[in-house]
Amino acid sequence: MRLARRLAIVFWAAAAALTSASCMREERGFRVSPPPSGRVQTVRLTDFQPGPAQPPEVTQNAYEENAYAVSEGKRLYEQMNCVGCHFHGGGGIGPALMDAHWIYGSDPSQIFSTIVQGRPNGMPSFRNKLNDDEVWKIAAYVRSLSGQVAKDVAPSRSDDMSGPPPESATEKKPPVKSGGIPKSAEMPK
Amino acid sequence: MRMSWRVLLCFCVGFAFAACSNANKDGGPAAAPQPKSPQATRLPTGAQSAGEQEDGQWLMPAKNYASTRFSGLNEINAENAKALKVAWTFSTGVNRGHEAAPLVVGDTMYVVTPYPNILYALDLKNPGSVKWKYEPDPAAAAQGVACCDLVNRGAAFADGKIFYNTLDAHTVAVDAATGKEVWKTQVGDINKGETVTMAPIVVKGKVLVGNSGGEFGVRGWIQALGAADGKVVWKAYNAGPDSDVLIGPDFKPFYAKDQGKDLGVSTWPPDAWKIGGGTVWGWISYDPDLNLIYYGSGNPGPWNPDARPGDNKWTCSVIARDADTGAAKWAYQVGPHDLYDWDGINESLLVEIPFNGQQRKVLVRPERDGYVYVIDRATGEVLSAEPFAHLTATKGVDLKTGELAHVEEKKPGTGKVVRDICPAAPGAKDWEPSAFSPQTGLVYIPHQNLCMDFEGVEANYIAGTPYVGANVKMYAGPGDGHRGEFTAWDPVAQRAVWKINERFPVWSGAVVTAGDVVFYGTMDGYFKAVNARTGEVVWQFKVGSGIIGQPVVYKGPDGKEYVAILSGVGGWSGAIVAGGLDPRDPTAALGYVGAMGDLPDYSTKGGMLYVFSLP
Repeated sequence: MRLARRLAIVFWAAAAALTSASCMREERGFRVSPPPSGRVQTVRLTDFQPGPAQPPEVTQNAYEENAYAVSEGKRLYEQMNCVGCHFHGGGGIGPALMDAHWIYGSDPSQIFSTIVQGRPNGMPSFRNKLNDDEVWKIAAYVRSLSGQVAKDVAPSRSDDMSGPPPESATEKKPPVKSGGIPKSAEMPK
Repeated sequence: MRMSWRVLLCFCVGFAFAACSNANKDGGPAAAPQPKSPQATRLPTGAQSAGEQEDGQWLMPAKNYASTRFSGLNEINAENAKALKVAWTFSTGVNRGHEAAPLVVGDTMYVVTPYPNILYALDLKNPGSVKWKYEPDPAAAAQGVACCDLVNRGAAFADGKIFYNTLDAHTVAVDAATGKEVWKTQVGDINKGETVTMAPIVVKGKVLVGNSGGEFGVRGWIQALGAADGKVVWKAYNAGPDSDVLIGPDFKPFYAKDQGKDLGVSTWPPDAWKIGGGTVWGWISYDPDLNLIYYGSGNPGPWNPDARPGDNKWTCSVIARDADTGAAKWAYQVGPHDLYDWDGINESLLVEIPFNGQQRKVLVRPERDGYVYVIDRATGEVLSAEPFAHLTATKGVDLKTGELAHVEEKKPGTGKVVRDICPAAPGAKDWEPSAFSPQTGLVYIPHQNLCMDFEGVEANYIAGTPYVGANVKMYAGPGDGHRGEFTAWDPVAQRAVWKINERFPVWSGAVVTAGDVVFYGTMDGYFKAVNARTGEVVWQFKVGSGIIGQPVVYKGPDGKEYVAILSGVGGWSGAIVAGGLDPRDPTAALGYVGAMGDLPDYSTKGGMLYVFSLP
């Protein structure tokens, strides 16, 4: 009897913990502050430099710890037609985003600047089309495509027809050090 | 008078071909050809414009205005083709999909590469050496609005100039002797999603050009530029008011469904025609007798049909226009309110065929929807439309009304996944051009065997970004997993005579010769010579990268017959290799990656020209 009561307490405590944890997962972080976008102006696209090594580019994007923000990033990724070029991570007109090759860098600030500035081989500039907050959410989602955000944050089910495995099931691979080669750089120019 | 002259010419051409093929047969003296034998009257012939004297050159990708891709050369034939050897090769240095046909003018070969659209002039007297190279320097950003790899489908020669289009929507004229640019005209705007990938055709001193960008919500057009100066002579849109479409009093469509005023506006939701596609990225044919050009228009945008109730004219249509003024003469909308991205851009082969005991001037169109349409090219009447591939989404074409009958449960829409739609979005046959032989009377059709799942989603128009609104996943059609087929089709009997299955979609063009050999290439890198009558593969050669180009046949300065093909996999079907895409996402590259996950196991990229001859 006593044991049963104790078990029940444990059960309810566990259930409460789980529930509150999932609440946290879905928490809409209205007060979450993404990195200041001024930071992006100093973003560099390579770790290579003359002289002694400097610390590599590491930016913390708070949205990467927030499932709601990542799912918002996914919604924006589709609505802004990112999906029309990169599809659900496999790429098409633009490069794949679910693999380990990052032409212009895998750091959140590098992805942010790629979206805002555009890139010369076909990536359009979305400056003045999205606000900074939206770009940080898209950047968080883009990193989820290759398993760079925690599994409990990444979307785990698409409402669409079954495409690639869910973002939360993507195998994480460390980004290749030297990045990718733009397709155009493989041509005689 | 004119008629009898033409009949005479037909006979002469017939005699010449027959004599050629007889000369190559080892076994015994062949009987003199009897033009009045049942066989001869039964066989279709090429249009008059295809019967020009064979001069051993290759001046436009389709060989002639009738687009038959028939070479009158017969040194290489079905018997001796097994001895074909590489004569010489040339690396283009470009790694994207090579869809172009090389041109041969005199003792020079001209090769256009995919983006960055380099034009090479190669010396045939000193094979493979570069006479000159012309670089148009297209805008790099154009790569971001090219839906399906960075392809170019070739150049055209006329009046001492080479004409071709660049990915960033410019048309250039280059002096064929010196490589100097004669003129360069901007014809489209990449910021609106316009590119140009088609090969121009030159008709009566005018260069005909059309745009690409049906996946970007562009408004499709065709325009004529003066060959001498590059100035616009006329421009016709494929959607919008009649004045923009160049529809006037001469416009007489055959079917009631295509008749009416300003249908290019009234068959769309308000203003949707402005971003509704109907591009011209495929082939144009020309009939000098009727002075008409024929082309097909591309898919409407977006793919999700719920966004554009109505017939969406004049997308997915075959259109005949006056070659001088561009005025529309007739149009037939093959796919009203397209549901599956079945562009109507495929080639029109101009032939003359016996139909119900009467000789008819027709155009033969192996269409994306999986039917071979035989259409009277003077009136636009559909004489027959029989399937050449596996179909689940349509039930045939009503020849009385011209209507394509759809299967209700295969109609896609927003928030709905429809499975097992055959053919898939690239259709039973995409851009890859077929060939016609007046000797066998057969049309040689390279095509796909693909089906798809299709989900309509909301589409947002943002200029310069994709406007598709669909998730697509393709896979092999029925059979052993083969995704390509090469079919010899009898347009009179309306049936396949033979068929070869291929592992991957046959994305290369075909060519057929007076030696009764058909050439085509495969995406796993085999260039094949096939007996045009039996379908027996008599020779094949493994090239470096998969083939999606157009073979051409020419007579070299040494008098020998050569066959040339560009290898270099890519295009929509080969985007997985050319763009390094990830096979884990079957929706990648508009869903084509779903069907091509194993292509990287069979082919890497790399552009290379191969030229073959007998030893």
